[in-house]
Amino acid sequence: MLKTFKLGGVHPPENKLSAHKAIEAIEAPEKIFVPLGQNLGAPSVATVKRGDKVKTGQLIAKGEAFISAMIHSPVSGTVDKIDTHIDASGYRRDTIIITREGDEWEEGIDLSADLRKEITLSPQEIVEKVKASGIVGLGGATFPTHVKLMVPDGKKAEYLIINAVECEPYLTADHQLMLEKADEIVVGVQILMKAIGVDKAIIGIENNKPDAIEHMNKSVANFAGITVQALKVMYPQGAEKQLIKACVNREVPSGKLPIEVGCVVQNVGTAFAVYEAVQKNKPLIERVVTVTGKNVSIPSNFMARIGTPVSLLIEKAGGIPEDNGKIINGGPMMGKAINSTDVPVTKGTSGILLMSEKEAKRVREYNCVRCARCTTVCPMGLEPFLLGLAGESLDWEIAEKEQVMDCIECGSCQYTCPSGRPLLDNIRLGKFKVGQIMRSRKN
Amino acid sequence: MSLLTVSGSPHVHEKGNVSKIMLFVIIAMLPAFIASAWMFGIGAVKVFAVSIIACILFEWLVQKFLIKGPNTVSDYSAIVTGMLLAFNVPSNLPVWILIIGAFVSIVIGKMSFGGLGKNPFNPALVGRVFMLISFPVPMTSWPKPLESASQLTDVITGPTPLGILKESSNVAEAMSNPAMPDYLQMFWGNMGGSAGEISAIALLAGGLFLLLTRVISWHIPVSFLLGATMFAGALWLADPTIYIDPLFHLIAGGMMLAAFFMATDMVSSPMTPWGMLIFGFMGGVLTIIIRVFGAYPEGASFAILIMNAFVPLLNKIKPKRFGEEVKNG
Repeated sequence: MLKTFKLGGVHPPENKLSAHKAIEAIEAPEKIFVPLGQNLGAPSVATVKRGDKVKTGQLIAKGEAFISAMIHSPVSGTVDKIDTHIDASGYRRDTIIITREGDEWEEGIDLSADLRKEITLSPQEIVEKVKASGIVGLGGATFPTHVKLMVPDGKKAEYLIINAVECEPYLTADHQLMLEKADEIVVGVQILMKAIGVDKAIIGIENNKPDAIEHMNKSVANFAGITVQALKVMYPQGAEKQLIKACVNREVPSGKLPIEVGCVVQNVGTAFAVYEAVQKNKPLIERVVTVTGKNVSIPSNFMARIGTPVSLLIEKAGGIPEDNGKIINGGPMMGKAINSTDVPVTKGTSGILLMSEKEAKRVREYNCVRCARCTTVCPMGLEPFLLGLAGESLDWEIAEKEQVMDCIECGSCQYTCPSGRPLLDNIRLGKFKVGQIMRSRKN
Repeated sequence: MSLLTVSGSPHVHEKGNVSKIMLFVIIAMLPAFIASAWMFGIGAVKVFAVSIIACILFEWLVQKFLIKGPNTVSDYSAIVTGMLLAFNVPSNLPVWILIIGAFVSIVIGKMSFGGLGKNPFNPALVGRVFMLISFPVPMTSWPKPLESASQLTDVITGPTPLGILKESSNVAEAMSNPAMPDYLQMFWGNMGGSAGEISAIALLAGGLFLLLTRVISWHIPVSFLLGATMFAGALWLADPTIYIDPLFHLIAGGMMLAAFFMATDMVSSPMTPWGMLIFGFMGGVLTIIIRVFGAYPEGASFAILIMNAFVPLLNKIKPKRFGEEVKNG
């Protein structure tokens, strides 16, 4: 039976234009730009300096804070400089710029295509390996994976939930990865299960990917404890709390983490990266990126090295269409519009979406007509019109009282608003301000 | 390459906007309009035309010369108010009274609060109640259906079923009145009444269209009719000789119009499911209270306006938040 979450949700047109396009590895360019802040939490600290020779897979930046991640060189060559370079946030941030010379890999990395099934590492060693390999959540949130694998004292994990929902329209990276690397993913899932000490894992896949469901079902057939759960297509099912609700019918309380209800959620792409790190000793230096859009001539799924400028990916997909108005890093619901094609691919780049001038424009704005659709579609049971109003009138007391911090920024409210109100813009402002106020209260 | 647009997510938007919602409401009102034109003839058409044109004109004037803002006529909300106002008046109402009513609806009921979306009360009902109190005689002389359809002037007026009921001391007396239509006639709309309220079937069809197109949710119409049915039913069970059965209340007067078109006005109704249910239920109960115990034979307009005043309070009922009560299993 198909499951889904019960509260709110929308169903935008899926537009999976690049579905079933085989993942195509693209050669790294001459110059590669590796930002130091690629993960949620503290930016990493560079361990190389100008003029250093690096090999592919060599550690080039360390995550020293608790929530931070290692970064490895995606190519072999010479460190050109460590300078600021534009990233998806639109700001110039510290970036290691490397000039590529060939593709010489660090020793000890298994580049063969053999499937390695036996898991020899202990749970503690797995967490260490994941940390050393610089793995972060590849769904887009980029939370360091090893932190999620450390179950806090006094809590017990019951379920590992694998997020293979890909509820964002247009994106097909996870879908294609499941079609091509199902066996590797399943080993990755087992490694993650061992790390957190659970015997049950659920792989949640939306029903618009029937072939992936079938394929994964075949791969998990011999493993007790791993099940594939088909889910009804509903946005934002890929949000952690909504996915847990859909799969095991538990609600993570406000302000708490999934472990509170005995769940750990990992993206399917992350499971693959964990397989490669633990079984093949290969750090996270590349990922699948969907390049798509209604006017893109060849919508594609690419395997791209971290640090590859977006412009190269777009070129491989047929170039920038004539009336292009917007380029989005991610999907249309939660992705970030970027202001330059020099922005490099980072660990969190799941897709590049190109929109025409017409699509890029927002719809006409009217007064709020109090139709309550935003309240109906909010998956967190909030009242977006009220939070939006609080943001507009800079009333942070109301924003906090109405639980603005619970907003997951899925954008369902603004998507459905018939008055075209900039609800999420104002809610984000509210979250930012209320977050500041809450932190200052603690100090 | 031209400059890239940068804006916050989401980058896509559902098809449809306020104008489209208003257009759907207008479409939903067409069956009742046709029924009205059939029963009351050219008089009804005249009332509709004057009301709509007056509402558009007043909105345009206020927007242009007082608010000095962009033209808002294109959102069609003035047309909706105009049509709803016409639905709520007798089809032989003098034009000048109707224009005053349109002025009160649009200028006082809507634009003085800041236009679409800002008004606490349903503008058409504000106009209607203003006219009812200021001009009670022309507002309560209803032309006879069908007979007056072919007549341009000097229409024959007759009572409404609710009016007959109010005049009679008990149910039997009301039912034996020769002017009282039978239930089937009332259901189709062959009875005296305001221009748009007569045909229960046409209003039901329009209401169903609004529900199917998701313009309104089921909460308010269902709870409104349920509140009216339950309260009228309780009275009827207590003494069927004095209190008429609930079915009569459902198809008489403006009950269907109120439940599907007046109470569901999104601007002046609550925004959470429980708020809507209480709003509708109490609106239905109040309508019956006014009809049975009040001085006026019909009470839907007053009931909705009273409930409109409770909306800020009802909006304090919060929806169930995600993760509010932890259910594990």
